[in-house]
Amino acid sequence: MKDAFGAPQSLLVLGGTSEIGLATARRLIARRTRTVRLAGRPSPALERAAAELRELGADVRTVPFDALDSASHEEVLGKIFTEGDIDMVLLAFGVLGDQARDEEEPLSAVRVAQTNYTGAVSAGLVCAGALQAQGHGSLVVLSAAAGERARRADFIYGSSKAGLDVFAQGLGDALHGTGVHVMVVRPGFVRSRMTAGREEAPLATTPGAVADAIVTGLRRRSETVWVPGALRVVMSALRHVPRPLFRRLPVR
Amino acid sequence: MSVDTVSLTGWGRTSPTAALRFRPRTYEEAAAVVRGRGPRGVVARGLGRAHGDAAQNAGGSVLDMTALDRIRSVDAVAGTVVCDAGVSLRRLLATLLPLGWFLPVTPATGHVTVGGAIGSDVHGRNHRTAGSFARHVRSLELLTADGEVRTVLPGTDLFGATLGGLGLTGVVLSATLGLRPVTTSLMSVDTARAADLDGVLARLAACGDGTPYAAAWIDLLARGRSTGRGVVTRGEHVPLDALPAHARRTALTFRPGPVPSARALVPEGLLGRAPTALLNELRHRGTPAVRTRQPQRIPAFFHPLDSAPGWSRGRGRAGSVQYQFTVGHGQEETLHRIVRQLTVRRCPAFHAVLKRFGESGPGWLSFPAPGWTLSFGLPAGLPGLARLLDVLDEEVAAAGGRVCLAKDARLRPGLLAAMYPRLPEFRALRGELDPEGAFRSDLSRRLVL
Ligand SMILES: Cc1cc2nc3c(=O)[nH]c(=O)nc-3n(C[C@H](O)[C@H](O)[C@H](O)COP(=O)(O)OP(=O)(O)OC[C@H]3O[C@@H](n4cnc5c(N)ncnc54)[C@H](O)[C@@H]3O)c2cc1C
Ligand SMILES: NC(=O)c1ccc[n+]([C@@H]2O[C@H](COP(=O)([O-])OP(=O)(O)OC[C@H]3O[C@@H](n4cnc5c(N)ncnc54)[C@H](OP(=O)(O)O)[C@@H]3O)[C@@H](O)[C@H]2O)c1
Repeated sequence: MKDAFGAPQSLLVLGGTSEIGLATARRLIARRTRTVRLAGRPSPALERAAAELRELGADVRTVPFDALDSASHEEVLGKIFTEGDIDMVLLAFGVLGDQARDEEEPLSAVRVAQTNYTGAVSAGLVCAGALQAQGHGSLVVLSAAAGERARRADFIYGSSKAGLDVFAQGLGDALHGTGVHVMVVRPGFVRSRMTAGREEAPLATTPGAVADAIVTGLRRRSETVWVPGALRVVMSALRHVPRPLFRRLPVR
Repeated sequence: MSVDTVSLTGWGRTSPTAALRFRPRTYEEAAAVVRGRGPRGVVARGLGRAHGDAAQNAGGSVLDMTALDRIRSVDAVAGTVVCDAGVSLRRLLATLLPLGWFLPVTPATGHVTVGGAIGSDVHGRNHRTAGSFARHVRSLELLTADGEVRTVLPGTDLFGATLGGLGLTGVVLSATLGLRPVTTSLMSVDTARAADLDGVLARLAACGDGTPYAAAWIDLLARGRSTGRGVVTRGEHVPLDALPAHARRTALTFRPGPVPSARALVPEGLLGRAPTALLNELRHRGTPAVRTRQPQRIPAFFHPLDSAPGWSRGRGRAGSVQYQFTVGHGQEETLHRIVRQLTVRRCPAFHAVLKRFGESGPGWLSFPAPGWTLSFGLPAGLPGLARLLDVLDEEVAAAGGRVCLAKDARLRPGLLAAMYPRLPEFRALRGELDPEGAFRSDLSRRLVL
């Protein structure tokens, strides 16, 4: 069960090697989390992540999970919930893609969309159903500021996150009053593996800062969290910039 | 019997969870719910005044007992009452007082049910002399996991596990309570200001058996030499012969409390530090150094906040957390340290109350133990609060004390066994009586009770 400050005792991370996901898990283990399930594509990195969290004193297990294999989600994720309540699900998987190549190769663009959007829809719905059945829990969805407004530099990724974001918002409304809390997290540029080698955008942040914002959001039962917080204002201004002007802005 | 799906929280409005709520009107309906429970079990709920998650059951069933509210009989000679578990203490008082009887133990609100008072084994300001609620329960009817009803008597294991057992041994359907006689519905109240925590402790310690009710409000924002300053309130029942002749005819009338003072209407937790500090200052200064023999009606004395409007409970969106702990006599240093930590951090605590506890009762998981008890509320959204309270838990446990489970919404499960030494017996009895874990709550899941 979560405590009065929203700190979960059990955590399921979808995208078990995600840097943001693991930074969040470390913070939560320092609070109340005792059980962690890391769901992801089997790899040495996934096992290393599990071993690292175990060092912190949690009971950690890995679960094979592929976001692209939506047909398996019901079975794979459903099984995790039959072994005990999950107080918080962190939907952390995602791929940035390579905008230039994805524009050339539509199928690789589709993989971005399928991972970030349709994969999240099926995994999100399975988890939401299980959380609803147990009558409590938080579903924390890592969306992205990139989904707020289409940008030349990453609109394939951005559009998949826009879809995910609207899906998660709607799911949150649908689950209102069921004891299940859905929190949409919109980080800007995070210095992680995903963005390694790319030019930093303004207001760049770290996985640790995103993790802190998630912990605070849980305590406040927030529905939307921007990281850093200043992005809320920046993005709401950018949203209203006319397109001809926006095209000429240097915000990539 | 009505049934609906609702999202429930405790009085602190933290951690909402959803459950199927049944509102039985008869014992048979209640038994049917327990027998037909789903895999996530069932727990009884009274008026939801427990601050934390004791009376909620995520994904399972919750038995709202408030429709089982008959006062079955009053023995006005022996001073006992038989009533359903859903009757509120306030209604009991309104019925009993005109007959010259009073509840020997009443918490700081009348809006709790008899079942809730048993489940949390509540205490009042007279714990030193009267003990907790358990001492006055003569017998009770308990609906257990098998759907059967058992009569539970003091002195038995099941009694020990049920009093303070947070609804985890079964559903209390009715109880027979012993009462104390009174000849008027008035209290004689003394108040005295104390300049610091030692002053408060000294004044509380000086209360003899002649003044059964005693408690102190503590200003947790006062710093420096005033740290822990407060106002000590003591009370006793006014005997009939102390009243003027014309007042004696209506001596026992029950009158609901007056409109609460402006201060009580201010939702303290919603205010920031500075306004709370100002209010505390006014409250402290506004109390004369010593005032004696003020007459007060029973509801005003015992349940001063009950007539405040409901919104005064909401402490912002994140809700509020109550913290109540007890440490033994001789552990005053721990008390000092905790008060210092709270004042240094400038926590905008509200309703901070310090009392003395007397002997423990029979309840295995009952909270009161001989010594001091301090309780206060804080907005749950306060940054750093989770860690601060974790630190206080460690201090309390190290001093051999404990925190109150009926108020709890955040204790670390690992500390429970140290605080409640009879926990293994409690678990063993539950394992035997209820092997499938029919009775479960969010609290029992969180603390692995
Ligand atoms: C303003 C305020 C002041 C308070 N002051 C005090 C005080 O001075 N002293 C004190 O001790 N407490 C105090 N409390 C706490 C309160 O008295 C207890 O939490 C009490 O249990 C609440 O009763 P309830 O009917 O609302 O029960 P709920 O909050 O609904 O339930 C509390 C517990 O009792 C169990 N329970 C309820 N009914 C039954 C039943 N029929 N059978 C079995 N189990 C049952 C529940 O499962 C749960 O574990 C205060 C609370 C408030 C809000
Ligand atoms: N970094 C940023 O700047 C930024 C900004 C805003 C939002 N976000 C979002 O935050 C989330 C986490 O990002 P991060 O920074 O922690 O990046 P990361 O370390 O690269 O994590 C991405 C995770 O997604 C997993 N993944 C990718 N494809 C998958 C698939 N088909 N099936 C299962 N798992 C898959 C990866 O697992 P493998 O180990 O198997 O590859 C990895 O665990 C992502 O959703 C991302 O879009 C990131």
